[in-house]
Amino acid sequence: MENILEVKDLTVNFGTFAGDVQAVRGVSFDLHKGETLAIVGETGSGKSVTTKAIMGLLDSNAKVASGTIMFEGQDLLKASAHEMATVNGNSIAEIIQDPMTSLDPTMTIGKQVSEPLRIHKSMSKEKAIARTKEVLELVGIQNAAARMKDYPHQFSGGQRQRIVIAMALVNYPKILIADEPTTALDVTIQAQILNLMTELQQKIDTSIIFITHDLGVVAGMADRVAVMYAGKIIEVGTVDEIFYDPKHPYTWGLINSMPTLDTKADRLYAIPGTPPDLLDPPKGDAFAPRNAYALKIDTQQAPPFFPVTATHAAATWLLHPAAPTVTPPPEIVRRQAIYQQMIAKGFDQPNNPAVKLNTPATDQ
Amino acid sequence: MRKYILKRVLYMLLTLFLIATITFFLMKLLPGTPYQNQDKMSASQIHMMNVQYGLNKPVWQQYLIYIFGMVHGNLGISFQFSSQPVSYLIATRIGPSLQLGIQAMIVGSILGILLGAIAAIRKNTWADTLATLLAILGMSIPNFVFAVLLQYILGFKLKLFPIALWDNFSSSILPTIALAMMPLAETARFMRTEMIDVLNSDYIMLARAKGLTQAGVVWHHALRNSLIPVITLAGPLAVNLMTGSMVVENIFSIPGIGEQFVKSITTNDYPTIMGVTMVYSLMLVVVILIVDILYGIIDPRIRLSGSEVNA
Amino acid sequence: MADEKMQLPKDAFEPLQATEQLNSERIAAPSLTFLQDAWRRLKKNKAAVISLWVLVVIIILAVGSIWFSPRNPNAQNAAYANLPPKIGGGFWGFDGKANIAGAVVDAYKQAGVPKGTYYILGTDYLGRDLLSRILFGTRISLLVAFVATFFDLVIGVAYGMISGWYGGRVDTIMQRVLEVISSVPNLVVVILMIVVFKPGIFSISMAIAITGWITMARLIRAQTLKMKDQEFILAARTLGESTRKIALKHLLPNLSSTIIIQLMFTIPTAIFFEAFLSFIGIGISAPNASLGTLLNDGYKTFRFLPYQMWYPAAVLSIIMIAFNLLADGLRDAFDPRTRG
Repeated sequence: MENILEVKDLTVNFGTFAGDVQAVRGVSFDLHKGETLAIVGETGSGKSVTTKAIMGLLDSNAKVASGTIMFEGQDLLKASAHEMATVNGNSIAEIIQDPMTSLDPTMTIGKQVSEPLRIHKSMSKEKAIARTKEVLELVGIQNAAARMKDYPHQFSGGQRQRIVIAMALVNYPKILIADEPTTALDVTIQAQILNLMTELQQKIDTSIIFITHDLGVVAGMADRVAVMYAGKIIEVGTVDEIFYDPKHPYTWGLINSMPTLDTKADRLYAIPGTPPDLLDPPKGDAFAPRNAYALKIDTQQAPPFFPVTATHAAATWLLHPAAPTVTPPPEIVRRQAIYQQMIAKGFDQPNNPAVKLNTPATDQ
Repeated sequence: MRKYILKRVLYMLLTLFLIATITFFLMKLLPGTPYQNQDKMSASQIHMMNVQYGLNKPVWQQYLIYIFGMVHGNLGISFQFSSQPVSYLIATRIGPSLQLGIQAMIVGSILGILLGAIAAIRKNTWADTLATLLAILGMSIPNFVFAVLLQYILGFKLKLFPIALWDNFSSSILPTIALAMMPLAETARFMRTEMIDVLNSDYIMLARAKGLTQAGVVWHHALRNSLIPVITLAGPLAVNLMTGSMVVENIFSIPGIGEQFVKSITTNDYPTIMGVTMVYSLMLVVVILIVDILYGIIDPRIRLSGSEVNA
Repeated sequence: MADEKMQLPKDAFEPLQATEQLNSERIAAPSLTFLQDAWRRLKKNKAAVISLWVLVVIIILAVGSIWFSPRNPNAQNAAYANLPPKIGGGFWGFDGKANIAGAVVDAYKQAGVPKGTYYILGTDYLGRDLLSRILFGTRISLLVAFVATFFDLVIGVAYGMISGWYGGRVDTIMQRVLEVISSVPNLVVVILMIVVFKPGIFSISMAIAITGWITMARLIRAQTLKMKDQEFILAARTLGESTRKIALKHLLPNLSSTIIIQLMFTIPTAIFFEAFLSFIGIGISAPNASLGTLLNDGYKTFRFLPYQMWYPAAVLSIIMIAFNLLADGLRDAFDPRTRG
């Protein structure tokens, strides 16, 4: 499987009054052609900053301390603002969280959706209008020709998100970055938008980076999942591996706190404590203070990635040969059991040798 | 929209009527008859003057006569310049005031918008600091101090401009600058805040994600969105210019209504004070009305919904 | 990496004790109250801090001059009229030299001022010490501004809270009244008030207050409307607290930042209005002085004796700049969202 985007050792700091906030601390991942990669993590885990770095849209107080982002033979981190402008909206496009604020209130949506066409493709006005209409119909805006003359406030939240998606897709980008595209929407609309995205992905053959804090959304959307915590990716694997055979205690916590049809307990599980202060990240494993399974070494040294399968790796000392065997929470044990059964029944385990895992700590 | 404008015009007329009434009775509260050399006049002379100005009639009749006259553009007769109608006095003097006011408004708002926009785009750089400093100085230094400073340095010392004269365009330059300072500062501050807000908004981020360059983002999206709210400044700025014109016209000896107003106050020329008050109020009310209508035309959110802004 | 693994201590893979975990969960920053937090942010704003100190010094000097004025600000001495500034033996700008008809002369010698007597900022056309008059004038200007601001505060906050709290018909009527008042240029109202009530410290303060409270009332009304439906107010109402108590105990503290910021913008406006009125000749009357009357006096002769205008103008401008910078700083400190 071909990599369309390769992020290596990305480190981003934010200069604040109190000091440098280390928002992203050595993140590496690949995006395969045509796949949907979900990046999951809580607020402040650095997932949005990572995508902002890809698009060169970091705030002015952000500093990229190290790393490379390779796209079509070019390191996007070294690209000038002008070069980025030719990539953005053309081969990489973005959808952001809040459809209520992501459209210019004083410009007709026809003009806004056709803007990427006018910027990147020297297209005649008639052609651009025709194309805009086509894309708006594609995302399900009824009566598109007439509605192109309307302003954003004349559309509902769900419709606006469809328009934002149309705006992102109008140039058939190779990569679509969706930063919590459904968080601000009603649950019923959420499902519609997710279906639309899956549908469109097949139609125009694009790769998607899907940022979310909602594991429930991930299950139906993603091919692979990367879990982020405190500025680092701590576990990566196929959707099944992450959902049925997670290795990192943080992933356990995430899955444990997700309600299922079988949830019998009175209250949902919540991971105790709060994420660490990234102004001064703790030595060792950042999750250790909240981790009931923490080992002494977690407070001294950050764990490297330990490969589980060719597609699955996790950064936790529990996978070290010398580590004691621990029993995960019951929900995880239950899921692992199901997973074992599935494998035993000849379930097609994704085991593609072409997929190389990024394990930066052990590479060097 | 038409219904909305009609309603606003009605409110405007009601407001003007209330102002006229309040001004009239406030003036009636003043003790004695307001003739400058009253002591030297005999009782019969005072009586004759009272008859001439209609002051011998009961107050309610005077009030009705005043309101009726005002509707027909008759603002009474000046005490100071005997037999000169106030409306004539105002008509001959409003030209220079309007010219100065409009020039100052144009210079102030255009430079202010530019300055504010640059400060916002180059936030936290020397350009921003400079613009902010200029705005603070413009807001803080009273316009009469600034006017005198200009007059002293550019007029008196360097002899670049006439000191106190009103004939051609060059004589209007110094007073225009003096008057424009405050609108410039206010506009720059307002524009900077608005533009920073807009530049931080999601749709600007998304415009960048579409591949617009910084210049494209500012030109196509940020400028229009931050300019719309700036229109609301026109009302306060008009008031500002009226205040400013009173001193600036005095300092530069410009025959405008501001200078006339100050003169009428110091000479207790009540009909003129009332007349100029009405003219000022009328101008302000009209400016506010125009801003309201203009806002509705420019902002699509109001244009189409017809009433309130969608938050 | 492999080597490192070999060197791991023996107990590295023992589970962590619960106590050790507790220790490692630090509190990143001590919690601050709203005011402490605002004060901390304000202290970071250099311009605002300097302004604050400048204002403190000016206020102390102006008030202190009641007892420690260099000279009597109203004592006239016709023989010593229009003396230029001079300090000690004299140096540049303060040498007591005057430019009369193109020739530089020692004004102090001409007037026969005894050696050792000098006026730091010179004297005015009646021979009064300008420094003493500026201190005196600053005091009056500040007094007028503070009295006006106080009335602003009382009227504006009460009006805004009543209008916002009761809402409905009361609110509609009160807002219409506001609309009418704000359609009259405020300076015209001030001038009319003074023409009617005759100039004086109190009448000028009142006149300024009468137009100034409108902005305050609007802001307070908007805040009250917003807060009225918030949980903490609903809770107080549910618990049966009286309206008066809710207003004083719950609303007012939460309105405090809005009030403080608005006051800081009102004070310079009031100072400006006073100076303006005195400058056009309908302000504080003699022998009292304010910065405005000093400017007015100085303006009459400023082409030939510019110092008589520049010093009061400089003091006035510094006070205005300091108040505006401080107000800006306070607004940013109280409301970090508006920080640019």
